[in-house]
Amino acid sequence: MKHRAARLLFFSALTAVAAVYIAPVAFMLVGSFKPDARVLSEAGSWRAFFPAEASLQNYRDVFARVDFTRYLLNSLWITGAITVGGLVVNSLAGYAFARLRWRGRDRLLLLVILLMILPYEAIAVPLFYQVSLLGWRDTYLVQILPFIANAFSIYLFYSFFLGLPRDLEDAARVDGAGALRTFVEIVVPNSKPVFATVTIVTFLFFWGFFLWPQLVTSGDRVRPLPVAIATFQTLPPLRWGDILAFGVMMVAPVVAVFLLFQRWFVRGIAATGSKE
Amino acid sequence: MTEPPPAPRLRILHALPAGPLMALPAVLALLLFVALPFATAVALSFTDLRMGSPLATEFVGAQQYQRAFEDDSFRRALANNLWFAAVVVPLQTLLALGLALALNRSFRGRAAFRTLFFLPVVFPMALIAVVWQLIYAPGPNGILNALLATVSFGAIEPLDVLRHPQLALPALMLLSIWQGVGFQMVVLLAGLQAIPASLYEAAAVDRAGKVSQLFHVTLPQLRNPLVFTMLVTTILSFRVYDQVAIATRGGPLDATTTVMFETVRTVFDRQQVGLASAMSVVFFLMVLAVTLVQRALVRQEREID
Repeated sequence: MKHRAARLLFFSALTAVAAVYIAPVAFMLVGSFKPDARVLSEAGSWRAFFPAEASLQNYRDVFARVDFTRYLLNSLWITGAITVGGLVVNSLAGYAFARLRWRGRDRLLLLVILLMILPYEAIAVPLFYQVSLLGWRDTYLVQILPFIANAFSIYLFYSFFLGLPRDLEDAARVDGAGALRTFVEIVVPNSKPVFATVTIVTFLFFWGFFLWPQLVTSGDRVRPLPVAIATFQTLPPLRWGDILAFGVMMVAPVVAVFLLFQRWFVRGIAATGSKE
Repeated sequence: MTEPPPAPRLRILHALPAGPLMALPAVLALLLFVALPFATAVALSFTDLRMGSPLATEFVGAQQYQRAFEDDSFRRALANNLWFAAVVVPLQTLLALGLALALNRSFRGRAAFRTLFFLPVVFPMALIAVVWQLIYAPGPNGILNALLATVSFGAIEPLDVLRHPQLALPALMLLSIWQGVGFQMVVLLAGLQAIPASLYEAAAVDRAGKVSQLFHVTLPQLRNPLVFTMLVTTILSFRVYDQVAIATRGGPLDATTTVMFETVRTVFDRQQVGLASAMSVVFFLMVLAVTLVQRALVRQEREID
């Protein structure tokens, strides 16, 4: 009896915490379907979560007021290019550090490990200065190129490859395959977990990337979603329903992918924590 | 007797071994886009460089560092970052640990709870900063104000937290914890699941109670994930920028300004590259100090083993 009561108490407490925790998300989702005037006027009542009427008007408003499709495509292109480019160059480097012997390897590996400590915020100022001098602001390139090579990704690949059994690679090498072919044909197919981890971590980070794009974009042409929602919020007239609809559309693709590949997300995030 | 010399083509291939070739693109890009800019930041921090200034740039020694530390806004920013870390790191860690322990038990619906608490991790901070402005909306209709009025039976007057000198920073801390706790929880859960069951069995044989098991088995075994997640959260507390730039713009009266916000303001609004570079170097030294402490803690533990 006592055991059952404790279980019930535990479950109710957890549910209460969860309800408070998810409230902001529920509020955003529900508010995005409500007539604009009611978003704020009903925010403090239970009507915030159970609307009397719902429509897609706010979503239509977003497309009427700004070029949402453009921001979405910008974000997809920038984030996609950083992620895919990063998978290629960082995995190659990780493999060269983990498996191949060459002069200067250990010194360069130490450099990569040291660079892991350096957050990109510490180099934003000189990079911004350089880019301004060269007149490269408002381009895709300046939002992509500096972020493809990533010390942390190299390190994740490096430590994963170190842990792979060598037998398969040795067999391929004996058969006369070069290092690159061995890597592409043998190592990559056996390294799905680390590729998934790096993909997820990179994509999530750059999908939400704000500081750098805010510094280097001044118009709509190459502006990604996080900067766009911050500007949209300050665009008169202030309509909270539209802002929430913008927010839902901005996060929906990521949430959908997350729900589909949840196990990989959780494993990937946890993996970044256990690699110390 | 003598072997024929290798064909010239083969010799070229030998001169270009695979290792450096495969590492080259990433290493070159890291040097060009990370190492070089940082070296530039260090060099520029000793100059009075201003963007668009007709005056020649001069070497000014440590003057920019002195200026930064004499600047009231920058000093406030440093204090805010430290205060942010001092509040967020313990609170978020405790919350994440509690959730991880709760969700490590087996019960029906556990997976759904995990999904729910992890969800904000995939939300961009820019979006969270926008949505939470509605939660913090001034007037009796704001969610927070309505909630406070309900639980206090109307005793608490509606607040404008984001424009309140004492409450604005805690308000930003709260939304940061909301987003960050899921990450910490997931890493700690993975740590909990890696603890061998035999340790608990041994503790049970010794008649150790649940509380004793927590302090003598669980927490010591969780040491590395705890140290790691606390390091990451501390560094994230030093990096705080998006929420400030979007929700408060550093105000009211520098109450929510941060080192990164001051740095960006200095280079972007005031064009002062030299001063902003000095601020970047100070920021890096803060991150470096935390990293060294964490390394020392992990090493210490390895020596004990």
